[in-house]
Parts: sequence; structure tokens; C-alpha cells
Amino acid sequence: MAVTRTWSPKLGLDLQGGQTITLSATNRSVPMDSLELARDIIQQRVDGLGVGEASVAIQGDRNIVVSAPNVDRDDLAELVGATAQLAFRPVLDVAAGTGPTATPSPGETPVPGLPTAPASPTPTPSPAATPTGGADGQAGDEPLLSMADVLAYQPTAADTQALADFTCGDPTHDDADRALVACDDQDVYKYLLGPIAIRGQDLNTASFGIPQGDLAYAVTLSFNSEGATRLSDLTGTLVSQTQPRNMFAIVLDGVVESAARAEAKIANGEAIIRGDFNADSAAGLANVLKFGSLPLSFEPSQVETVSPTLGGEQLRVGIIAGILGLAVVALYSFLYYRAMGIVVVASLAVAAAATYAMMVLLGSVFGFALNLPGIAGAIVGIAVTADSFIIYFERIRDEIREGKSLKSALQSGWEKARGTIVISDAVSLLSAVVLFILAIGSVKGFAFTLGLTTLLDLAVVFFFTRPLVELLGRTKFFGEGRRGSGLDAAHMGVTQESLLGRRLRRKDSTSTIAQEA
Amino acid sequence: MAEKKLSVAERLYTGHLSYDFMKNRKGWFIFSGILVALTVVVLLVRGLTLGIEFSGGTDFQAPMKITSSTVDDVRAHMNELSVDELDAQVFSLGDSSIRIQTRSLTPEETTTTRAEIAKIAGVVPDDVTYNAIGGSWGQQITQKAVIALVVFVALVMVLIAAYFRDWKMSIAAIVAVFHDLIVTVGVYAAVGFTVTPSTVIGVLTILGYSLYDTVVVFDKIRENTKGIEHTTYTYSEQANRAINQVLVRSLNTTVIGVLPVLALFIAGTVLQSGPLADLGLALLVGMIAGAYSSLFIAAPLLAWLREREPKMIEHREQIERRKARSAAKAAHRESVATAATSGAAAGTVTLTEPVVEVTDEQGARQQRRTNVSRADRRKGK
Repeated sequence: MAVTRTWSPKLGLDLQGGQTITLSATNRSVPMDSLELARDIIQQRVDGLGVGEASVAIQGDRNIVVSAPNVDRDDLAELVGATAQLAFRPVLDVAAGTGPTATPSPGETPVPGLPTAPASPTPTPSPAATPTGGADGQAGDEPLLSMADVLAYQPTAADTQALADFTCGDPTHDDADRALVACDDQDVYKYLLGPIAIRGQDLNTASFGIPQGDLAYAVTLSFNSEGATRLSDLTGTLVSQTQPRNMFAIVLDGVVESAARAEAKIANGEAIIRGDFNADSAAGLANVLKFGSLPLSFEPSQVETVSPTLGGEQLRVGIIAGILGLAVVALYSFLYYRAMGIVVVASLAVAAAATYAMMVLLGSVFGFALNLPGIAGAIVGIAVTADSFIIYFERIRDEIREGKSLKSALQSGWEKARGTIVISDAVSLLSAVVLFILAIGSVKGFAFTLGLTTLLDLAVVFFFTRPLVELLGRTKFFGEGRRGSGLDAAHMGVTQESLLGRRLRRKDSTSTIAQEA
Repeated sequence: MAEKKLSVAERLYTGHLSYDFMKNRKGWFIFSGILVALTVVVLLVRGLTLGIEFSGGTDFQAPMKITSSTVDDVRAHMNELSVDELDAQVFSLGDSSIRIQTRSLTPEETTTTRAEIAKIAGVVPDDVTYNAIGGSWGQQITQKAVIALVVFVALVMVLIAAYFRDWKMSIAAIVAVFHDLIVTVGVYAAVGFTVTPSTVIGVLTILGYSLYDTVVVFDKIRENTKGIEHTTYTYSEQANRAINQVLVRSLNTTVIGVLPVLALFIAGTVLQSGPLADLGLALLVGMIAGAYSSLFIAAPLLAWLREREPKMIEHREQIERRKARSAAKAAHRESVATAATSGAAAGTVTLTEPVVEVTDEQGARQQRRTNVSRADRRKGK
């Protein structure tokens, strides 16, 4: 804790206020890798919104959870949940963007990612898996313009004006049949783009690698029959145009991921994009393309906003309940176990301190955030922790009743209690682990703290509770079972002689002990 | 030794008092069976009240001073909102905030409604907390919960069977767990509490906790029935001893477990924290059911399963033969005193005696204690 310089655990959004959006994929089958891609894309989107330290995580087999602390934007759910739209559009015009390294003459410097179609169009074997699913559930299924119309589209005065007025970061539209102004992801160039020529869902796979005979990384695209037909028309027309009208752009969510120059007519639906890629950038582009071609559409299944006031309130309630619970348990322990209640209280205190320390540590190292169900899990953990002592104590009593002296009962009682404690804690731990792995939503937080407290309980009972009882047993007060120690003969239901193993034969003349009613 | 009249707790504590779980097994099984049957009936008739998490909808909460007429005023305002057919339901939460539940809204509708509610409540929109849930969310949670349940039950059965080397223990434990789950669901249906995802968490926890409790009892049973073939005790007698021996521990653990949960529940109810109250309630019901089922269902059921084994039947017959022999000897000696003690049950086949001793086997003291506790029990009843 001192190392990480934080003294309080990270709090979940239900305790500090913020917005949690759970997006569920509506597709029937959701491959894990496409879910991971979706997460990356959504993370980029959220980061682009500038909403602070929002986290995006996969949950279960079809959910993506976006947690944005202290953000209260109603449009957040819409923005992050919109299905990624991938499209290929012909380039009509290019202008300098607002990026840091704007070079306004794209004709002179090679645009990153210029493609060259294979000179002899041989189908490139693509290592990627066969495409999954059709395009059902894909958002934005409005009909495309025919290829002839797309290619015949000429920029209007309004379009040119729009390009001039556009600043990177302005909102864009997604209409398939209109021109579009968009920037590349570095904001270096602004592009005026024609209507959609090929939709992302007609792209089967995208892969990256170093093609045979090449020296640099390239991205390979493979289209389905419709995509191949349109690509053939598109490249066939573009190849004879002049810069920049001989290029087409790959647009994802209104951002030009790559602008490519057509070098030949590609008739077989297999295009290779070459440019100054390195392994990472090629992989990045291939991922973007692959993701666009996998129609994962999400619907926000839960949008939860908690105002900071309410969050603070919930935290207060949880803490009050925890402290109250501990206090009542301490009181009960003293009533029942008399002075031995010290052991219960001390064990709980140690376990609580350890739990708190672990939460702080995990919060700073693994980003574990304590949420409301998590507090509840810790409260249930109180029962598990206290129970370990109770089992031990009752075993000591059983041993004494069977005629053992207090000294030896402390030892043999522990040996017998140990197995029970371990197996029962194992069951508790198992339930926590199963819940943690299989559950979704806030159940995870609950399972986590329950598992954590159970594990810590095992440590505490072995390395603290047990040695403490042993130590107390060496004192006169406990070791001789004085009244009020919780280990006195009356409590145990045996005679004083039996309790002390007859070491103190007739030391006090009372062999029967007065009972409290 | 125990001259003074002791309290029940004290007597349990010192082992003066013991209850025969095995003899009354049938009664408790019937009782639990009735509970389960009632649950099924209640579920069929009333059904569970599902929260909007399961049906989909939007839930707004705004801070607002609540007076006797506030809810009606707000309800009247609902028709004036710009979004049509909200199906709004208005509740007050304590005396400081108002809760409005509507059908599922689109994000735009949510924004406008939120602003309008803020205006009605006289606060800024940011203070209106809302929670929008698609209809599939509750289904997803439930589906995951069921999967977790199945996996967990399977794993625990394996764990218990491996640890105790006794698959019958697995069966008894699982029966008890399902009993707890059903009873908890029944309580929800009967009282009409709303089922939320928090409830699902609570119910899943009950699983772990109930088994935890059962395992503690079983561990004691295992210890007591080690090498049972070479003793003069039946399995039931030893299991019963085990239950009585862990009774105090079970009571204490339940009390200590329930107290913090009760605090959670009360804190959640008083301060209107929905999730905390939900969770607290489910845990409360489940913990009590869990403690009950370990003692009254799991252990007796286990004993019943084990007693049907041929080995155990043979063992019992052996004990009876021995008893009969010693009874005959005693009768032959015509010793009245011995006949009174050991021949009490001669010839009759009893698995259980009205009082099973939990103390050491020193006849004289046992005798006296038995008398005390019997007399006390008569007084007590």
C-alpha cells in the first residue's frame, strides 16, 4: 500500500457516480475475436470522446461494458453502441487536414497505404478463417447506388464547399448515396468522397503479412461475389483516372482508414494493399477491415447512470452496514465466548485489514474496483471468517468433554477443526470462483470479494487465530479456565479437575462450579 | 453437577439437551415437502414480480421532497410529457426522492424525459439518476445464473464425493441446496418482493453458503461414523450425535452470519438503497434456510440413504442380536436394576432412543443428567 501510495480502494461507478453502458451483441453467434475487435474499436471511440478514464471491457460471451466515471452524457450510449460502419468510397478530392504534419500535396508524397493490385491477379491465399455469418442484423442496410451511378457521381459546388469548411473532428453522416467529407485517422488529409461503392459486409476477410515475392508488409482483402463485381467495376474505372480521382478510400465510422490508388483492374475480388506498413500498422488495418466485415451489431442492454451524490450515499450505506455488522458480531462473540471473544474480534479485525489492503493493492495494480455487491460479498465474508473460529472453539469443547485437559484440547481440537475449516472454505471458494468466471454484471464484483475474503480467512485462521489461541492458552487466566475466560469448566460442562488434567487437584475446594442462571 | 435450572442455550452448550433428529426425520421431511409444494403453488398462482431489469424499461430517480400529495402530483404531470405512452409508474422512495419507471425509451426520449422529470422535481437534469435496461439483460443474467448453478452443483458434488469418499453425501447436500433455493424463491413469490439482478446474486450465494454449512455437519458425521461396523452404534445414532454436537456451532454461525446481513438489509431499507436491500433479503432468507436444511434435511437424508446399505442393515441386526442376548441374560439374572437400565428397549427394534446422550459414557453421571433433562423437557413443554 505504501508502495503504491494509495490508501483507499478504487471504487466502482455505483459508489462514485458515473455511467455504465452494457452493450450486448444481437447476433446469434459471437466469435470471441470479433468481440475483442469490437472492444478495441469502442475503446478508440470512447477515447475520442475525451470522457476521461473510461474503461471498456468484455464481459461474458456477448457483452461489452463501457464504464465512464463521472460522465453524464446521454449520447454516450448511442455513440459507443453504433455498429461500426465500413465502406469503400471513391475519392473525389483531397485537401490538407488539420493534423500536425499536414502536407497539402498528396500527389508528391506517397499517401500511407497506397495499394497496388497484384500485377498478375493471382488469388492470394488468405490465412484468415472463413467468414462468419451473413449481413443480417447489420445496421444501415439502405440500398446502394448502382455502380454506374457511383462512378458517374460528380462533386457539386456544395460538396466542394463542404470540403473547404470541414474541420477534422466535425460530425459526419453515414448516408450511402451522398458524398462524404472525412479525415484520415491522423488528421493529415481531408477527403471528399463519393457515395459508397462497396459495403464492408461484402468484404469476406482481411489478412496481413508479407506476400510472396515482396519485402514489405501488405494487407490482403478478399471480397464475396458481389463485392468482387463492384470492386472490378470500381478499379476498372479508377485506374484510368488522374490523381486523386484514381483512389478509393476505406472509411470506418467516418474516418478514412486508408486511401488506396488503383493500379489495375482487380477482377477476382482479391486486392492487396501495399504501402509503408510495418507489422503493427498492417495488423491494425487488417483488424479494422475484418471487424467492419463482421457485422456485430450491438444494442445497449443496460445503461446505468449514478449521480455522484447517490454514489456517495450507496458507499456510506455499505460502509455503515459493514461496521454495524462487525460491531454486532463482536458484541455477540463477547456475550457467548466471554473473554475468548477477543479472538473472534481480533481475527475479524486482521481479516478486515488484510481485505482492505488487498483491495487497495488490486485496485492500483489490476484496476479492481469495489462496487456495491462487492461490499455485500465482504459482509458475507464476515460470517465465513467468524465461523472458522467457531468451528475451532466447538472442537476444543468437544475434546474437553471427552475428558481431555484444556492444554491438550487446544492442540487436538485444532487438528480436528483444521480439516473442517479447509473443506468448508474450499466449497465457499469454489462457489466464488464459479460465479466469477460464469456470471456477468455486478455479480462478478460480489464473487470476487467473497473469494478474496475466503482466501484471506484461510490465511488468518492458520497464521493468526490459531497461534493467538495457543498464546492465550499459556496465560493463567485462559489456561486455567478462570471464570469469564470462556474456557471455564462450567462452560465446558466438565469438572475443574478434568479441565486442568488434574494438575491442580483440590486446589480450590469447589469441585462443582456455581452456575450462572 | 447441574443443580440449578439452566437456560436452554446453556443446556445445549453443555450437552444436557439433545434432540433426536433421526427419529423425527419423517416429520421434518414432510414439513419441508409442504414448504416446497407451497412454493410451487405460490409460483403458479402469483408468479414472481420481476424488476424492470427482466422486462426492459427505464427507471428514473430524482431527489424530491415527498409529501402526501407528491406522488399524485407527479403522476398527473406524466401525461403532459412530450414522449407519448410512457406507461409511467410513480413511486416515492422514502421522503426524499421519487422513482418513475417507464417503458423502454430510445436515447433521445430518455434525454427529453429526464429533463422534464428534472423540471417537475425542481432539480438539474444531472441529479436525475436513470437506468435503462433492454429486455435481454435480465434474460442474460438469468441464463448465466442457471449455467453457474449447474456447473457449481456438478463441481461441488465431485468435491464432496472426493473429500468424504461418499457420493451419498453429495446427493444429500444437493437436495438440501435445492430445498434452500426453492424456499427462497417461494418467500419472494409469497411476499411479492421484486426480483432484481441483485436477488439473483443473493440466490447464487445461498448455494455456496448452504453447502458450506452442510459440509461442516458432514465432516462431523464422517468423524463419528468412522469404523462404525466395529461399534455398537447404528449409523443413525452416530449421525444424530454429530448433528447435536455441531448444533451449537451451527446456531452461532447462523447468528453471526445473519447479523451483518440483517444490518445490510436494514441499512438498505432505511436508506432506500435498492440493491443492498435486495441482496440483504435474499441472503437473510437463504442463510436461515441453509442452516435449517443442513441439520434437518441433509444429515437425516444422508443417514436414511446409508442405513439402506446391506452392510448397515447387517450391522443393525447384529446390534439387535447383541441387545436381545444381553436382555435375555439380564432377565435370567432377574436383576431389576440392570433390567431397568439396559433392558428398557429389549426386544423392540429401535434405531433411536428418546434421548441420545452426547456426554461421555459414564453410566452414573449419564443417568442423572438424562433425568434432569427429561424432567426439564417436560417442564419446558
